[in-house]
Amino acid sequence: MNTAALKELLYKMADDQLILGHRNSEWTGFGPLLEEDIAFSSMAQDKVGQSYALYQLLHALGEQAPDTVAFTRNAPQFHNCQFVELPNEEYDFSLIRHFLFDTAEAVRFDMLTQSRYEPLAQLAKKIRGELRYHTLHANTWIRQLGSATEESISRLQAALDKAFPFALGIFEPSPFEDQLIEEQLFAGEQALRLRWLERVQTILAETSLHLPDVTLTTPEFGGRNGHHTEHLQPLLDEMSAVFRIDPTAEW
Amino acid sequence: MYGGGTIFENIKGTELENEDPGQLAAFEARIDRGEKIEPRDWMPALYRKQLIRMIEQHAHSEIIGALPEGTWITRAPGFKRKMALMAKVQDEVGHAQLLYSAAETLGKPREQMIDDLINGKSKYSNIFNYPAFTWADSCFISWLVDAGAIVNQLANAKGSYGPYCRALDRICAEESFHLKYGHHCVIYLATGTAIQRAMFQEALDRWWAPMMHFFGPSDNISAHTETLMRWKVKMATNDDMRNQFLDMYVPKIWELGFTIPDPNLRKNETTGRWEYTEPDWDEFKRVINGDGPCNKERLAVRRIAEERGRWVREALQSKQNVYVTPLA
Repeated sequence: MNTAALKELLYKMADDQLILGHRNSEWTGFGPLLEEDIAFSSMAQDKVGQSYALYQLLHALGEQAPDTVAFTRNAPQFHNCQFVELPNEEYDFSLIRHFLFDTAEAVRFDMLTQSRYEPLAQLAKKIRGELRYHTLHANTWIRQLGSATEESISRLQAALDKAFPFALGIFEPSPFEDQLIEEQLFAGEQALRLRWLERVQTILAETSLHLPDVTLTTPEFGGRNGHHTEHLQPLLDEMSAVFRIDPTAEW
Repeated sequence: MYGGGTIFENIKGTELENEDPGQLAAFEARIDRGEKIEPRDWMPALYRKQLIRMIEQHAHSEIIGALPEGTWITRAPGFKRKMALMAKVQDEVGHAQLLYSAAETLGKPREQMIDDLINGKSKYSNIFNYPAFTWADSCFISWLVDAGAIVNQLANAKGSYGPYCRALDRICAEESFHLKYGHHCVIYLATGTAIQRAMFQEALDRWWAPMMHFFGPSDNISAHTETLMRWKVKMATNDDMRNQFLDMYVPKIWELGFTIPDPNLRKNETTGRWEYTEPDWDEFKRVINGDGPCNKERLAVRRIAEERGRWVREALQSKQNVYVTPLA
């Protein structure tokens, strides 16, 4: 088994879950209605929990403990896509991101249930079950708000236009793409992207929203190689503010 | 959490004059027998008014209380704390949802309650007008403010209004986990490094006075609540609840080696009651009337959240989204 390829795959997924979980948790207390506040908080818990489980797989492969990995690295050492680190902005952007990202996650972990690396395949089954609720939630809201008022439609369309290049950044190919496919660890970003586009388009077709032309959109790549927007480092500084007071202390 | 220190108004002698004496007597007899009053049952207007006021204050306290702790979710040290704190604060917002629903059964819509919160007409637990400066402050809230709330809520769960009691039963079950979480966090600070210990001692110094205020003004200066106690709206006096809290938690704080900033605090073994320096009730009144360190910030955050979310709520009410009851 190609351990370097596997680790790279695990790191980018774990980092994605951690950073978006963190962003989702920022909605606690600020949701547009109590029920949404609670829903984003639930998804935040799932995502941070999923990142923890993925970091544990890495730990079993010889990497440092989850707390150390999550709370002491700096932005260039993170492999998440830039999409997840962008600020929440208004609920429109957060909802569109949730829809686009979690649809990709649902497909990704569905594919990973077939991984030849058994611990990952097992974990993927569990995560896939949790993600079912995330996509159910996202699809319900996109259907409702995507064909409700003039304001809700124009807000979501603007958010979709802004988010789309970043969403395509999710599928930035790994340097190990061929090995991952060859060793049947993961069927690859290209296959994932195709299935994702189909699902996203199916939902959007039920609304007044339109997906920007994928052939005319340049994906925002870089995150997988540690190139991030100016938003990630401040997020990490905040996340580790207490932990760094004394990283050897137990909290 | 956060049910403590409800502020009741003095009841005017005239408020029961318009009630039918027969219905009133039957209502009181039901309460005496320990029956629960349900939404469609007859109740005096005053009972309805005071209950709405109390449940609404409780609900507001939950969402405002989510703010000082919520701000530490993004900074919680380590996975274990981060996940637990997220779940805890989410519970609190869930409690608000339950409580607004309980209050709605008495006829006041949630939107109106939230409007009254934002425009300053309704109150919430005074303690959340103080800032959570450090991680240890958030631990103080999770442990001791929740502990205080449990004292209050366990009493209220035995009250007379069915929907509120049922909400409280569920809330108390969740709160007991919060208490464990908070206590666990404080034990780690108490047994940790010098920095960690000092951090909690400072939090204790900051939060002790608001904690003593939490249960409301002492009985000899608080509003007359005999009628509300007879109707099982208010279940224990402020001083009794404060005493119960001190009885349960002062020994635990001392056990961890911290100093409570009140040289006069001691249990009088003869009376079985705690003695303490009388809290500064003028400060309490000043803060509850809007002049505390965080009143403006708390309401501003709530107002912004409401304004930013308006388009979402409007879209949900648009014609396309009208809920149609399924035929089968």
